Amino acid sequence: MADLDTSSRFDNPDAAFQLVVDAHRALDAEASAEFNARLVLLLANHIGDMDVLKQAVEAAAKTAR
Amino acid sequence: MVETQQRQSVFSFGYSRSADQDSARPVRHPVIIVGAGPVGLAAGIDLAQRGVPVVILDDADRIGEGSRGLCYSKRCLEVLDTLGAGEAVAEKGVEWKVGKVYFKDREVYEFDLLPDAGHKMPAFVNLQQYYLENYLVERVEQLDEVTVRWRNKLTGVAQDTDGVTIDIETPDGPYQLRADWLIAADGANSTLRKLMDIEFVGETFRDQFLIADIKMDADFPAVRRFWFEPPFHDGQSTLLHKQPDGVWRVDFQIGWDADPKEETKPEKVRARLDKMMEGRPYELEWLSVYTFQCRRNERFVYDRVIFTGDAAHQVSPFGARGANSGIEDSHNLAWKLALVLKGEAPASLLESYDLERIQAAETNIGHSTRSTDFLVPKSPGDKRLRDAVLDLAVEFPFARRMVNSGRLHTAAHYDSPLSTPDTEDFGGTAKLGDPAPDAPMTDASGKDVWLLNALSRDFTLLHVTNGAAPNVPEGVSLITIGEDLKDKSGLFAKRYDAMPGACYLLRPDQYLTARFRSFDRDRVEAAIARAKGATHG
Repeated sequence: MADLDTSSRFDNPDAAFQLVVDAHRALDAEASAEFNARLVLLLANHIGDMDVLKQAVEAAAKTAR
Repeated sequence: MVETQQRQSVFSFGYSRSADQDSARPVRHPVIIVGAGPVGLAAGIDLAQRGVPVVILDDADRIGEGSRGLCYSKRCLEVLDTLGAGEAVAEKGVEWKVGKVYFKDREVYEFDLLPDAGHKMPAFVNLQQYYLENYLVERVEQLDEVTVRWRNKLTGVAQDTDGVTIDIETPDGPYQLRADWLIAADGANSTLRKLMDIEFVGETFRDQFLIADIKMDADFPAVRRFWFEPPFHDGQSTLLHKQPDGVWRVDFQIGWDADPKEETKPEKVRARLDKMMEGRPYELEWLSVYTFQCRRNERFVYDRVIFTGDAAHQVSPFGARGANSGIEDSHNLAWKLALVLKGEAPASLLESYDLERIQAAETNIGHSTRSTDFLVPKSPGDKRLRDAVLDLAVEFPFARRMVNSGRLHTAAHYDSPLSTPDTEDFGGTAKLGDPAPDAPMTDASGKDVWLLNALSRDFTLLHVTNGAAPNVPEGVSLITIGEDLKDKSGLFAKRYDAMPGACYLLRPDQYLTARFRSFDRDRVEAAIARAKGATHG
């Protein structure tokens, strides 16, 4: 079973974060939520592994404030 | 699904008094079926063809209007073909294989069920349910072993170790009957289920759908068209299907709060349709509002009372899994019950009906629940993800596979103790626990025949010729491929991964239950005993 890799994997984490933030900058709350939904589905499909996806879903749920 | 209105009749039948009503003591029948819908009629014909006398009771005396169970799947047509109604249904029905899905004002994608060539039956046909029921009633009328008693309403049921006693209400007053076995085929609102106090557990969807059957001259192709939030129907989904006789079926999602009485007023329906049809003239044929549930009885066999079809399980209509799975129920049950009644199998064989058809019901409920969840998102986040899938689908094939406007019925697969596990490797599309795939063949006289039409109503052993003459056990029909049936197209060899000497044992319901690379009488006998419920090793 593959594991969700939660180590830091980008050479430049600031740039990766900024790339996503920039995509949201001009969007209102609804458009931003819609954008995220599309992004999540694209990335989930790229991962293509139910075990990893399941761990990511759990990790995201666990870290809610 | 549960309708909220009454239906007018399309075909009517008369009540006639049975001699059983004059008997001082309840007359006993091997099998009584409650309900003369598609499932009850199919079960009755199937049993009668296997030599079992059957009485079917129905509280009405007519077949009601409305398209209702509209789409009949390939497997269902194959079963109907064994009942003598498949060709009529396939011929009268509208064949289709392409579906188009739209989101708002654009086409998102198109799917093609891509039926494999070289099967007698198409992937799907659309046909008004009343035609199917009428073909089945016509078939019943040809058979001496089965009769329908119209306006015989079941009002009571009691079972003991030896049989079932039922109370029946007729225009001439009440009478009683005894049955060895009672089959409940009395639909979603099953009287038997209520009388026996059986829990019907599952999920009810908080939504309603308006069905309009309309007569319209339109050159639209025979394509299933599904719209998510089309401009003509305010934020909700719509489905369009072609039927025979120039009739079209439109399903509008209208929401949980809609008032069925209000929504079926012709002027109100016309207002919706006018927007969709953009000025094309049409006539209203039939209107109905339905809600639906995805649920089932905990068991399908309660001692001597056996539940089938909507009386046993209910699904949403998206996926055409209602009537199709009900007819599969009847086909799974009939041969087992016939063997038990003839003393050729133990009553415990019926446990496999419970097991196999509950597996199928779980699959159908799972698909139909996921389709419904996609159609009717339950939270804002849920809807956002659904819409994201639809938006992505325009561009990306991966998202098209997530679009769920109904996963259409395919034949049930059984992980069953009746099957003899493979000990040798087999490729091809034939799978243990699946129905035998059809193939075009020629018989010994050179005539074209379909493989499935050549199968007997008993166990069949398909043996690929290698010069040897297998000595098959009694009660098994032997078909030698290459002699009795020739595989000119090579499709049999491809589908069954056939080599000389290979043999395939098919159950009386055409399911592949054992296969071997070479004939060995002991192994075949053991596989038959197992398929009759004798061993569960």
